[in-house]
Amino acid sequence: MEVIRSQKRTVSNDIVSTPTLPLYLTAPPMEVRLEEFELFAIDRLRVLKGVSDGLARGRNPNEMDDLVDTLWKEHMRLPDVSEMINKDIISHFVLRLVYCRSDELKKWFLSMETALFRHRFRIKKIEEQRTIVGEFGLPYKAVIGAELESLKERLGLVARSLGQISSDVENIYYKVPFEEVPDLVAGRRVLLQKGYAFVAGSQLVSLVVTQFRSHLSKALILTNRKWTTTIREREKDRLTPIVEALSTSYLGPDYTQSSEYADISLKDIDQVSKSSFPLCMRHLFEKLREDHHLKHGGRMQLGLFLKGVGLKLDDALAFWREEFTKKVGSERFDKEYAYAIRHNYGKEGKRTDYTPYACSKIITSAPGVGDHHGCPYRHFSEDNLKAALNRMGLSSRGMEDVMDKVRNKHYQLACTLTFEAVYGTSCDTGINHPNQYFEESQKILKSKTPAAPV
Amino acid sequence: MTREEIKNNGDDMMIDDPKPKIENEFNVHYLRIYYGNLFPYSDIYKWLSYGHDGKHPGCDEYYFGRREFSFTLENDVYLRYKSFKNASAMEAAIKSNFPYKIDIGAVYSVDPDKRHAYAHSGTNLFTPVERELVFDIDITDYDDVRYCCSGADVCSKCWPLMTVAIKVIDTSLREDFGFKHILWVFSGRRGVHCWVCDAKARRLTNEQRSAVAEYFRVYKGNENNAKKVDLMGHSLHPFLARSYVDFLKNFFEGELQATQSIFSSKEKYEKILGMITDEDIQADLRGRWENSSRSSLSEEATSLLRWEQLKKTLQSKRNKALSLRTCIEEIVFTFTYPRIDLEVSKQMNHLLKAPFCVHPKTGRVCVPIDPNNCDEFDPLAVPTLSQLIEEINSGGVSMDVDDDSDRSLLGKSIKFFRSSFLEPLLKSCKEEIESSYKTKIEKSKDTFNW
Repeated sequence: MEVIRSQKRTVSNDIVSTPTLPLYLTAPPMEVRLEEFELFAIDRLRVLKGVSDGLARGRNPNEMDDLVDTLWKEHMRLPDVSEMINKDIISHFVLRLVYCRSDELKKWFLSMETALFRHRFRIKKIEEQRTIVGEFGLPYKAVIGAELESLKERLGLVARSLGQISSDVENIYYKVPFEEVPDLVAGRRVLLQKGYAFVAGSQLVSLVVTQFRSHLSKALILTNRKWTTTIREREKDRLTPIVEALSTSYLGPDYTQSSEYADISLKDIDQVSKSSFPLCMRHLFEKLREDHHLKHGGRMQLGLFLKGVGLKLDDALAFWREEFTKKVGSERFDKEYAYAIRHNYGKEGKRTDYTPYACSKIITSAPGVGDHHGCPYRHFSEDNLKAALNRMGLSSRGMEDVMDKVRNKHYQLACTLTFEAVYGTSCDTGINHPNQYFEESQKILKSKTPAAPV
Repeated sequence: MTREEIKNNGDDMMIDDPKPKIENEFNVHYLRIYYGNLFPYSDIYKWLSYGHDGKHPGCDEYYFGRREFSFTLENDVYLRYKSFKNASAMEAAIKSNFPYKIDIGAVYSVDPDKRHAYAHSGTNLFTPVERELVFDIDITDYDDVRYCCSGADVCSKCWPLMTVAIKVIDTSLREDFGFKHILWVFSGRRGVHCWVCDAKARRLTNEQRSAVAEYFRVYKGNENNAKKVDLMGHSLHPFLARSYVDFLKNFFEGELQATQSIFSSKEKYEKILGMITDEDIQADLRGRWENSSRSSLSEEATSLLRWEQLKKTLQSKRNKALSLRTCIEEIVFTFTYPRIDLEVSKQMNHLLKAPFCVHPKTGRVCVPIDPNNCDEFDPLAVPTLSQLIEEINSGGVSMDVDDDSDRSLLGKSIKFFRSSFLEPLLKSCKEEIESSYKTKIEKSKDTFNW
């Protein structure tokens, strides 16, 4: 795959013969426009985030089928089939680059792509499924004759144990080493004998998905090697910045400009921090008031959030000065810290107006010793988190729900549940951004109290 | 061996009242002698080398050296990520540290001792690559279904729960998963450990380990739900059906009733009635049992009688609701099905205590258990450190462990370890090294073509 700047593209004709669910075994030899490189990737990312959200909310397989279908149509569909297949393939390979760069990114991408593939496969017609299976060249033999006869009784038991009323056995069973169908083994959905699982034709999806996953997992390792040894350096002025930005890219509004609800002044800030800040910001805020200092990661996370909330530059300077001078003195503050604050507001250096961090960035940050930034749901110990939630006024019931999400590593859902518990209303969109949390909370609080005279 | 055969007088008191006797059974001085004379270093080394200690060109001579060991020293000092080049390095380290506990971890991609040297290279080079598939079953997890002991205590009445667990899991590992090299070890106090050592088992990924563990999961412990096992479906999966027919049912109606009399008092049978989802049936049985409490039958007979009544009632009403059909099985599973600590099995890098360690609280040696004769295993007859020392002091036994005479207290266990586990294992390891070497040679021939 080659990325070009020009507008022309050479589309090879044989692409049409590919089935509509590619296996991404090799990167196709085609040229990609730089704009599409990024735009396609973002569209696919929206689908993957949607899948991630669906899984985190515990959707069942059939609901996931529908969700994937909807997400795909919404973000990936193009009128021309071969164009759509190209978009599918291009976006997949771009995201491979983006997500090969750390174990954590790899793990997320692998799970989401596998889930996406699983559900796209499930909604295909049986003939198309067979074609896909053929393409993988799965080396499994169907069980026939005497061997099948000898197993029939127990295969029937398996079928009945899964809720089937009759003990009818399917026509085709594949004999597969048990370790290749871990999900079927885990659910006791297959008969096991001497290390082999007998997989029914209707369970084929498990086999295909295992193949898909293991292939992608290996491919990501290779991509990572290529990325670190050559691509990153070679593309440092062109693709590298795009790739590096994509993994933390957040797809909602960016909250650079404070919205109507968000406009706070210095005198309100303490009160607002208690009523409307998400836990991550509340914690940073309290620590700042307590220690009169925050390390760099914390200053960035809280500072940009406050900017998004509507704290003006002058107020921001006054706010940070008030605390920091208690610890480091006014001279040092002006010399070392004021610059960075103005920088955040786009008044220094590159003059970029920096955007507040989204949850995805905060969750993947790695706070070290003395740091207070990051996502409390991810980075706090269970005890500390419970204590913090307690201070936010959660009941023990609500807290257990939150902790349950935390234990399953659904940090944003944990935050969403906290939000719902604190404000006593549902939050269907889920929390994706601290500033979104803030705004939703302000909306609710303002609607509850009669409007104050302006 | 029965308890009477043991000449040591202090033994009977040991389990029930460990504190005053600790000094007698376990102390550092004894432990030094044990590690100095009895611990089977070369057997452990041969086992964990899996054939890579030979001269064959296919051998990986660094294999053993990449294995993690961890020591727990006196005062709970804990040393992780130790590794040893060879048997004598391992022996020297054990003899100079005399650990209270030795744990065995995974085989890593690089020597665990030198992991820091690789830490700065950026890529995550230090990862577990091989690990036996292990299981840990602990009698404390059965506290709600045993009435003789609780917590760390174990007696001849509740030990059979472990025995039936061994039978169920061992049979499935062999019949369903096709594993052959399985080592069962007494944990020294209140449970058993299982090491599945087939090459295929050692190379399972965490996801595959989880799958095996989940295959065994039936018990869904929850304090807020009387019904702890939910079997669902219209019939049992063949694995559960076999476990039920071959082991659990007979054990429930025989040994368990004899030792625990699980229906004999109101407190006991209420627990079981809570598992029946139909209130009419519950009330019917409760009514009958409350009135019969003054009967002249023994506890065991009462218990058996009530079980028969429950079965009959449920069978006659089985068409009333779907959930009643599996109710009998669910009760049996709740009381007898193995309760495995599944988290231990799911991760490659989980540590597990090495066989032939001595349990510091009981002084008993973690000896292998023969799954084919596990009914005969008596945890209270396992040799203790002080018995072994006494045996040495009395001069009756050769101090050389390599003389595998089964006359000595430990010799029998070592002999079993070698003949039933180690020898067949090493034979298949050799074959595997040979064949994978051949494939490698074949492959390298191919590459010359282009």
